[in-house]
Amino acid sequence: MPMLRVENLNKIFGTNPKSALPLVEKGLSREQVREQTGQTIGIANVNFEVQRGEILVVMGLSGSGKSTLVRCVNRLIEPTSGKIYIGDDEVTSMSRKQLISLRRRKLGMVFQHFALLPHRTVLSNAEYGLEVMGVDQTQRTEKAMEALKLVGLKGWENQYTSQLSGGMQQRVGLARALALDPEIILMDEALSALDPLIRTDMQNELIDLQRKLEKTILFITHDLTEAVNMGDRIVLMKDGKVVQIGTAEEILTNPASRYVERFVEELEKSKVLRAETIMRPIHEVIHGGDGPRAALHKIKKAGVSALFSVDSHGKLKGTVPADKAAQLVEKGVKDPKAMLDTNVKSVTLDTNLRDIMTLMVENRQPVAVVDDENTLKGVIVIGALLAAVSEHPESQESEAVESENTK
Amino acid sequence: MLDLDLPRFPLGDYIDCGIDTLREAIAAETSAVADFVNSGITSVVDFLVFFPSWVMMLLIAALAWWITKRLRFTIFTFLGLYLLFNFDLWVATMQTIALVSISTLVAITLGIPLGILAALSTTSRKIIWPILDFMQTLPPFVYLIPAIPFFGLGYTSAMFSTVIFAMPPGIRLTTLGIEQVPKELNEAADAFGSTKMQKLIKLQLPLAAPSIRAGVNQTILLSLSMVVIAAMIGARGLGGVVWEAIQRLQPGKGFEAGIGIVIVAIILDRLVGHVKKSQT
Repeated sequence: MPMLRVENLNKIFGTNPKSALPLVEKGLSREQVREQTGQTIGIANVNFEVQRGEILVVMGLSGSGKSTLVRCVNRLIEPTSGKIYIGDDEVTSMSRKQLISLRRRKLGMVFQHFALLPHRTVLSNAEYGLEVMGVDQTQRTEKAMEALKLVGLKGWENQYTSQLSGGMQQRVGLARALALDPEIILMDEALSALDPLIRTDMQNELIDLQRKLEKTILFITHDLTEAVNMGDRIVLMKDGKVVQIGTAEEILTNPASRYVERFVEELEKSKVLRAETIMRPIHEVIHGGDGPRAALHKIKKAGVSALFSVDSHGKLKGTVPADKAAQLVEKGVKDPKAMLDTNVKSVTLDTNLRDIMTLMVENRQPVAVVDDENTLKGVIVIGALLAAVSEHPESQESEAVESENTK
Repeated sequence: MLDLDLPRFPLGDYIDCGIDTLREAIAAETSAVADFVNSGITSVVDFLVFFPSWVMMLLIAALAWWITKRLRFTIFTFLGLYLLFNFDLWVATMQTIALVSISTLVAITLGIPLGILAALSTTSRKIIWPILDFMQTLPPFVYLIPAIPFFGLGYTSAMFSTVIFAMPPGIRLTTLGIEQVPKELNEAADAFGSTKMQKLIKLQLPLAAPSIRAGVNQTILLSLSMVVIAAMIGARGLGGVVWEAIQRLQPGKGFEAGIGIVIVAIILDRLVGHVKKSQT
């Protein structure tokens, strides 16, 4: 029996949501429904099941209805029609009182911007759910401490949440949900506000936690990489509708539509970051004929410590370090060859990120990027490399997809 | 164009008539309220002047030190009060402090719940907001007039009009504070199964507290300014001295009392303002 079951769920926003229902059931698009009735589809005809102990990722771009969907599950947003079951209980038919009791016993929630109470300590935030349930002080402290220990926040319990970093704050958010020992945890873009590196760590920690505690997790994200990393299965949404449901493999190998395909292409591309994509163009080089004085001038103007030297065909010869050029100027040497350092590290355009990184760690110098004929094409500095590693790999691409889709 | 031969619409007559009827209908109640409030405020004043004035000065200065922990302000408080004593305004000062404190207390006790109500229910907000607009645009003198037929001259009428005048910012700032609680936090409180009351007490009021305290501060300052105007209908105190000075053309005396009002205003403002800071 599935832990969570969603049947024909619709949410329509507007002044008269019911009026749009027949059209939504006929499968008209968001645009068509808006034109004909003035109502806006939040989510339309969503069906899925989540098994006990599964992580189901709902993935979609902004406006796809994923946040609306997760809020319908605990009825922070009232669905317009359709049914939601948690175990045997039908959530959609519950009274206010039953709903409150369900939220306390079975549903934890983690929010994108953490939603911690700023006037309370870490411990007292983690206790919140137990407190409103009326659990007595000793017991709730005990349970909250346990939850804080699980998320690695032992020793932080008396801090105020504003003193913590984003990653730590979200751990508090997670502990608050875990303290209730809920059967289902709803995570609404829970990691999206975190720095990319912390985010990957948290993804892994979450997977470990989930294996240990065997919670059922409904995880919302706009990031396909995250979806693939986290999800046992993925529900892909677009414009309020489910486009595809399946495991990561199923979606990657057999995309159901052009829309899904594009996501997958972007993912593939971002996984294979190469020298060509992260190198920066070179604006200034030392030519074969430049003497030390001219070289020093160029280096100073460029504001760097060394420049690459190329011959008349643009082929890489070596580097000219500023200090060497300066020495020669002082001594009055004019020979261009004397300042050339030929021990230069270069990589080709299709070298992958890992190899570049190894080279840079050994060398601690900017690396030249050349093509097969040794023609200088660009440079990789450590900053660009770090940016490429830590950059949210999809952010730019998925925005591009979005803008094309909204056209 | 407008010179149509239409009869004048007798709004003023209707209001007079309405007030008369109402007054007769609830005469017993209003006079009971008036007696109660009058004797209440009188006994507070009696209590304040019961102690020798130097004891009160020391007590208030000690309070200033206890709350602010600032020596300069404590000295200012003591010297300011001594100056008022020296001007022979001691009793008037105590009357003003009593009236302001009680009016503020009443205005806050009514205002904060109304502000909460307006924040939580759209319907009550739609009713309360226009009334507040009306109350705030009407010149404060206008409140004095209906107060007299109901409560007669004296403290009660003064308190009645002061409370009406001083209440709106308290209501508005309470509503504003609650509305400024981030949506996600409200959702979090709901998602963890809070009842409306729990959400209010554990989330909304603590987060609205700075705004509410600003409202309390505003209420105090407005009470003080109204207490002076209310002197015209028999509130004694420093306002009464000013009013008397105006009528008797005694600018010097009026100026002394005016300084007294400023001193009381500064003391009250700093005390409450500091409570505000130290709690956040």
